[in-house]
Amino acid sequence: MTAVQDAVGRPPRAVVGSEIDVDERIFGAAFDGQVVRRFAAFVRPYAKRLTLAMAAVLVFTLTQLAIPLIIREAIDGALLADAPSRSLLAVLTLGFVAVVAVNFAANYLQLTIVGRAAEHVLFDMRRAMYAHLQRVSLSFMDKTQVGRLMSRLQGDVNALQEFLETSVFAIGDLVLLVGIVTVLLVLDWKLGLLTLSVVPALFAVRIVWLPRARKAFLRARETSSLVNGALAESINGVRTVQGMSREGVNFQLFNDRAFENLQSHLRASRFAQIMVPTVDTLTGAAMGIVVIVGGNLVLNGSLDLGVMVAFMFYIQRFFDPIRSLTMQYSVMQRAMASGQRVFEVLDVPVDIRDKPGARALTDADGSVEFRDVTFGYAAGQPVLKNVSFRVESGETVALVGPTGSGKTSTMSLVHRFYDVWSGSVRVGGEDVRDVSQDSLGRTVSMVLQEPFLFSGTVLENIRYRETDASRETVEQAARTVGAHGFIMRLPKGYDAILEQRASNLSLGQRQLLSFARAIVADAKILVLDEATASIDSYTERQIQRALKHLLKGRTALVIAHRLATIRGADRIIVLRDGEVAETGNHKSLLAENGLYARLYAMNYASFDDMTKDDLNGSR
Amino acid sequence: MALRYRWRLAIAVPATVVAASLQVLIPRFLGKSVDEAQGFLAGGSPASAASAAETQAVLLTTALLLVVVATCRGLFTLLHNYQGEAIGQSIAYELRLAYYDKLQRLGFGFHDQVHSGDLIARGMLDIEGVRSFIDQGVLRVIVLVLLLAIGSSRLLSMDFTLGLLALSFVPFVGWRATVARLLLRRTWLKLQKRMSLLTRVMEENLGGIRVVRAFMAQDHEMKKFDTASDAARKLADRRIGIRFRNTSMMTLAYFLAMALVLWVGGLKVLGGVISVGQLTEFLAFMAILQAPVRQVGMIVNAIARASTSGGRLFEILDLEPTIQEKPGAPSLENTAGMLTFEHVDFGYGEGAQARQVLFDISFTVGRGQTLGIVGPPGSGKSTILQLIPRYYDVTGGRITIDGRDIREVTLESLRRAAVVVQQDPFLFTAAIENNVAYGDPWADRYRIAGATEAAQLHRYIEQMPMGYQSLVGERGVSLSGGQRQRLTIARSVLLSPAIIAFDDSTASVDAATEQRIRAAMGERSQAQTTVIVAHRLSSLMHANEILFLDEGKIIERGDHASLLAQRGRYYDLYRLQMSGAEVAVDPPAAYGAKVS
Ligand SMILES: Nc1ncnc2c1ncn2[C@@H]1O[C@H](COP(=O)(O)OP(=O)(O)OP(=O)(O)O)[C@@H](O)[C@H]1O
Ligand SMILES: Nc1ncnc2c1ncn2[C@@H]1O[C@H](COP(=O)(O)OP(=O)(O)OP(=O)(O)O)[C@@H](O)[C@H]1O
Ligand SMILES: [Mg+2]
Repeated sequence: MTAVQDAVGRPPRAVVGSEIDVDERIFGAAFDGQVVRRFAAFVRPYAKRLTLAMAAVLVFTLTQLAIPLIIREAIDGALLADAPSRSLLAVLTLGFVAVVAVNFAANYLQLTIVGRAAEHVLFDMRRAMYAHLQRVSLSFMDKTQVGRLMSRLQGDVNALQEFLETSVFAIGDLVLLVGIVTVLLVLDWKLGLLTLSVVPALFAVRIVWLPRARKAFLRARETSSLVNGALAESINGVRTVQGMSREGVNFQLFNDRAFENLQSHLRASRFAQIMVPTVDTLTGAAMGIVVIVGGNLVLNGSLDLGVMVAFMFYIQRFFDPIRSLTMQYSVMQRAMASGQRVFEVLDVPVDIRDKPGARALTDADGSVEFRDVTFGYAAGQPVLKNVSFRVESGETVALVGPTGSGKTSTMSLVHRFYDVWSGSVRVGGEDVRDVSQDSLGRTVSMVLQEPFLFSGTVLENIRYRETDASRETVEQAARTVGAHGFIMRLPKGYDAILEQRASNLSLGQRQLLSFARAIVADAKILVLDEATASIDSYTERQIQRALKHLLKGRTALVIAHRLATIRGADRIIVLRDGEVAETGNHKSLLAENGLYARLYAMNYASFDDMTKDDLNGSR
Repeated sequence: MALRYRWRLAIAVPATVVAASLQVLIPRFLGKSVDEAQGFLAGGSPASAASAAETQAVLLTTALLLVVVATCRGLFTLLHNYQGEAIGQSIAYELRLAYYDKLQRLGFGFHDQVHSGDLIARGMLDIEGVRSFIDQGVLRVIVLVLLLAIGSSRLLSMDFTLGLLALSFVPFVGWRATVARLLLRRTWLKLQKRMSLLTRVMEENLGGIRVVRAFMAQDHEMKKFDTASDAARKLADRRIGIRFRNTSMMTLAYFLAMALVLWVGGLKVLGGVISVGQLTEFLAFMAILQAPVRQVGMIVNAIARASTSGGRLFEILDLEPTIQEKPGAPSLENTAGMLTFEHVDFGYGEGAQARQVLFDISFTVGRGQTLGIVGPPGSGKSTILQLIPRYYDVTGGRITIDGRDIREVTLESLRRAAVVVQQDPFLFTAAIENNVAYGDPWADRYRIAGATEAAQLHRYIEQMPMGYQSLVGERGVSLSGGQRQRLTIARSVLLSPAIIAFDDSTASVDAATEQRIRAAMGERSQAQTTVIVAHRLSSLMHANEILFLDEGKIIERGDHASLLAQRGRYYDLYRLQMSGAEVAVDPPAAYGAKVS
């Protein structure tokens, strides 16, 4: 497999899917390494059922153990006895049938109980991860690829499923192992010990084998995750892939990934399989011991022939679980690796949470105040510097400024998507850190810069969380933003199904729906982050008119680049490089002849009018 | 497909046969040693030294043989297991490549309709289902059948009736296996659908996490999740019930057969028909079968899962992209960039649900020229752009470049010649540099810097701590909206295509920065054909021709000056955006109808 390169052998500036170390930088440290212990916490709720299952396992094992004993009894007592007895044989056979019946019941019980409990544990784990992700801070979510998270939520949980399913058998096997050892020793402890003398050899082999094998298994799991990540990324970005004709290069890069995955799995498989002949040789040796030593003891008359037969049965049964445990070892290792990845997600700290006893923000007014706020996403790189302003309840205030000046970041702070570095953000007179997030969410409703919609009907999308909002409310909101017309022209109107991310609507239409959604939420403070950027000025004007009525008594924070959008605002705050550069209304700012005046002039200048001065400037 | 692994199969199958035969030999040795010992016991007095030595010698050889046979069996099992897994993994590898390739080639029309969560679930879970089937299913079936065949021929030849009794559980197991397979198949089918749905719920939630947070809708989202998850869990429960009910029934049948053997065999021993050793062999052979019988359940489950998984994969793999190159189509080279729409009609979707979106669109734009398109949301502006690189095929009329129908040239050359800067920017989780060079991963540093300079992003990138190596997120969340848009501009500009179309790609960029981008582009645009969709009129008022689109029809056209002179919709829009603050323009009737 050759790496991708061009004619002169240079590698491309390209990868498919992100690299492992990215993941590790994000997760990593917090993980405490005790997968099994963590796992136990998820099993605990099923303790009662599992106790019953354990009882079933015990009964099952006892019956398994009883079977060779009955056979032994049949051979020694009924067939080889001095007076072979048909009736004893009959009794023993009946006993055998009875044992088998119990065995069936116990088997069924243990399998279904453990199987279902295992399945439930998985669903619980997935739910726990998912619920946790709902609470971890956005700064974490910003950095993680959805595909990578999905690979943990589905791929890893799935790997655990395989493990738990086999562990149903494994538990029985382990108990059986203990039982067999006991019976062997009871039957004839000397022969028993001799036979079991092969077991330490097995341990010795394992000690050498384990660390290497584990590495191989982990690597296999990692490469799987890489491949899945790359696949997910290409699916999500498929339009860009095709638009940029990257199919060929991507395919080769993906091929490298997939091939590496194949190789690492084969390597892991070799490690798993090498244990098979090892265990088999040891089984053979143990049987050999029984044949020679046991045979001799029989010859001496110090051992019953039936005991020897029973030993043979037991030894076969003894190595069965060992063999299957070995075969399942790769599954187990994979499960450990997967479990680790699951717990890593659960261990991501939740930075933004309600203070104990946080107040609800119910009857506060709609004022918003920034007091000397400094904030950034990465340490040492503040995005907002000492920003202070106050928006009175009921006011409409516009936030303008060059791209990247921190407008969206400011709005994120109002909703406490992130916590400030210093200073404070106050909504309704309260520091947002002192009030409950839920009540804050009900006070502030947002139209985000990126109009994300869920797949589902138009109706479901507009009312989103307000599931009991009536159709009229929804329709009213749609009318306000001028979306009613196009919705009615969709094949099923409000019940039309939107595809993923509403890809069957135009971007402007998506923006209108996301606008309507914010209106239905009916909050005191409305944040509009370029809510009409993809909408023509005409429609926008209609919306503004309709909004006028709606905004009465509400506070509005508006971001826009088209200055026509914000001319009606009570006040305008101009941001530059994360600092408040100017404040005032349209007229006073024009008079000030600063950044706003320049931006405003630019808005309708055609590009021949550009001056040198304009060419310098923003980030 | 498995045929391609001929040599692996050529190793695996014989290895399976040998391993199974050796496996059957073991009970034979065991039986033999029992017979030896018993024969000795029955035959002579324990004191007879000669015969004791003889017996011991036989026992010794038997023991050695046992060890050898067991080791060989292990080795052959290793071979067949490894080859089996290798075949499974290799098939998974090929499936994965085929699946990836297919998804990359299926057009926008397909991806519009199929949820990415669903596609990911197929690529992640279903390929795994097929693999584990080949691994656990196919070869284990062979082992089981071989064990049965070899063992039963031996048993039947030893004692026909007893042999029949020993095998009497086989038909029952076969029957239950069939029933279970059908039931499991049905459950798996439903379960996989549910899992896809669950994947979709989670994927959307994580993708739209900001919306979820903005509306504090976590509880609502958890409810959605629980609905999907509980439905899946119910099916999972059912699956487990079916599977294990049948597994334990099969084991029961097997044990009952063993009881029969014990009873009838015991009688035969008593009647002197067979020896105790032979009975031991019978029972030992049956003991060997216990593990495989338990595995039947697993195999059946794997088969049921694989058949549905395979179906789901081939559903995709068998699709043909609707956008096809003509066989032997020439590539589009050295184009003069003369783009012409001739009476183009278009609608999304097929057949009954098709909705016409564009009506009779015609225009021509050549190198060094700019075409502007304006219009209200949903009027079809983006759709026009999507048609140029043939992301969709027109339903009427034709599109030509340099007079050649775009359906007559290769897709790759067309898409290199015509690039659309999409309205909804998607960035890859990778270094900024990789994102800028996405269309040409071998572009050197100067070209990359040139492109970002044109997009007014170079200076910003330079002052980031990691510069061009900084990582950006999937939808570009660690960049501001305007930076994201400029990155997508840079990525397209880098390719210097003959035709470049901007779909409202400066909506989140302030006017000053936009002017600078346009100034920088000005030099390049002499050699390019440019199409600009924008809502801000200053972005396109310099265009050679401007189309005003409404509901898929061109309702006004001309250059800026002539459009103003028409005093129509464009003029109204212009006044609204450009003139002094307080001009109230009454909307034309068409708008009123839409808004109210
Ligand atoms: N993939 C799709 N499948 C089905 N219908 C679609 C699809 N994309 C767009 N449409 C519909 O086609 C019409 C035109 O959409 P288009 O995206 O071309 O509008 P637009 O003029 O670009 O609008 P905007 O200014 O909002 O971007 C709309 O009614 C939209 O709902
Ligand atoms: N999630 C994030 N993680 C890291 N950096 C970020 C993140 N979001 C924004 N930034 C950076 O913070 C700065 C301010 O971004 P912000 O989105 O607030 O700008 P903006 O004024 O809204 O710009 P635009 O008008 O382009 O939307 C930018 O330099 C951006 O790269
Ligand atoms: Mg559009």
